[in-house]
Amino acid sequence: MQARTPLARTLMHLILLAGSCVFLFPLFWMISTSLKPVEETMLSPPRWIPSALHFENYAKAVAYGSKALGYIPFLEYGKNTLLLCVLVVSGTVISSALIAYGFARLQWPGRNALFGVTLATMMVPFPVLMVPMFVLFKHLGWVGTFRPLWIPAWFGSAFNIFLLRQFFLTIPRELSDAAVVDGCSELQVFRHVILPLSRPALAVVALFSFLYTWNDFIGPLIYLSDQRMFTLSLGLQFYQSQAGGTEWHLLMAAATIVVVPIILLFFLAQRTFIQGIALTGIKG
Amino acid sequence: MTRFRRRQMWAGLAFVSPWLVGMGAFLLYPIAASLYYSFCDYSVLERAYHIGLANYADLFHDRLYLRSLLNTLFYAGLSVPLGLALALALALLLNSGVRGLTVYRTIFFLPALVPMVALAVLWLWIFNGEYGVLNVFLSRLGIPAPGWLTDPAWSKPALVLLSMWGMGHAMVIFLAGLQDVPVHLYEAADLDGAGWWSKIRHVTLPMISPVLLFNGIMGIIGSLQFFAIPYIMTPNGQPARSAYFYAMYLYDNAFLYLRMGYASAMAWILFLLILTLTLLSLRLAARYVHYEAG
Repeated sequence: MQARTPLARTLMHLILLAGSCVFLFPLFWMISTSLKPVEETMLSPPRWIPSALHFENYAKAVAYGSKALGYIPFLEYGKNTLLLCVLVVSGTVISSALIAYGFARLQWPGRNALFGVTLATMMVPFPVLMVPMFVLFKHLGWVGTFRPLWIPAWFGSAFNIFLLRQFFLTIPRELSDAAVVDGCSELQVFRHVILPLSRPALAVVALFSFLYTWNDFIGPLIYLSDQRMFTLSLGLQFYQSQAGGTEWHLLMAAATIVVVPIILLFFLAQRTFIQGIALTGIKG
Repeated sequence: MTRFRRRQMWAGLAFVSPWLVGMGAFLLYPIAASLYYSFCDYSVLERAYHIGLANYADLFHDRLYLRSLLNTLFYAGLSVPLGLALALALALLLNSGVRGLTVYRTIFFLPALVPMVALAVLWLWIFNGEYGVLNVFLSRLGIPAPGWLTDPAWSKPALVLLSMWGMGHAMVIFLAGLQDVPVHLYEAADLDGAGWWSKIRHVTLPMISPVLLFNGIMGIIGSLQFFAIPYIMTPNGQPARSAYFYAMYLYDNAFLYLRMGYASAMAWILFLLILTLTLLSLRLAARYVHYEAG
């Protein structure tokens, strides 16, 4: 729907510009605070732009030593988070694609019933699963290790199976039939016909499982207890001191370190992001 | 069975075999076990023993439980409609043919990318009572500045405000829906002399009503499980449990007090609440939502 009069157009630009300022301000404030010397975080009225850019705040944030908790190994948290991201993303993409192929392209008795159950499980909220999963992992001796956080990813996830199945269904039958006639096994059809044509959908699954793992808070909170094994999300809260006296410039530097990789990823893969959200939103 | 059919069957089962294990171990078993625990007294350390409906009966007399439930309904009741309205308004503005659509879309979407824990600590700083920048703005505008996270009357509205900042997903979904509305409908409305508002009211809203329904249901499901942000920003629901939410009490019961059975009963009530609200939305939708034929 178009706004036609010049006045209406100008008005809309003004509203959007004002809105943009409001939406960008918190991020600006985070970065501005992260570069200030500590005195300037406590000025009234506040100082908008730091008098000098104190990049050493980032080095301090990474090697932050809090009296109550001792040394916070922020670099370890980064390594742990990346390791989990790699394990979860690869597991989710590989297993969900294989499973989706079984649902989309092969005929076998009970397939539709099982797919129906798969869809129904998407309705169950995480709190229902939380307690028995913890009990299960406790019996397996996995609590306190990374295993509860990545092993399930290798056994498929309902939503991603659904998404990839819908995508595989749109690939013309003739392509895979031709490959079968040429003597390809199903696994070869999957690898050489279906996967190359499904890159956009696989990228969406990879991207969203990466974001999920990077952001996940409750999973690490439940299963991890050794502070050296924490993820960035779980570790970040330690910068904030419950008793007051939080060093806000360092906390904002640490928060920036957690936020910036995601924003960079967004700019690198903007189309995948927007398509993915539209895809999961409308077809989901 | 022909050789071809048999080959397909074995291949099919082989491809889905990881899911047979995954769904069984990480979905179906936990669902069944959770339902069973909800009728038990269970602390993980000792064996579960059956106590019938006692957990469910206790919940209705548990004042902290009712408190957390009401807080959650209050939060959902404000944040879902306000978030939808803001997301839809921005999407409508962006879809009006302004130049720089992708730039604006990026700006309004960026906050939705901020990981929840980073979002929580950032807004702790913005809401901060002593040096918080939000109250600096408010006092410059001559608006009396509330104590936000330290005032029981303002802690929930503060969290609603923060949730509106992150409504980017809903906005992008709305925008995709708006871009699918056929141009000829607006042209026909123009011929009928329809104004700006009546085009929105009679063309846009009916055409995107399925998207509105989807975003609404996702909003309800998400806000009823609100956890990480208040866990960090308002630990223990302080001040005065005014920001103590359902999922926080559930978590505390399970992992702090080791009342696993009680926590499971809470989880099932939450599930039923989500199901009821979803079905209600769908019922409502059957009356108002317009699905384009084909």
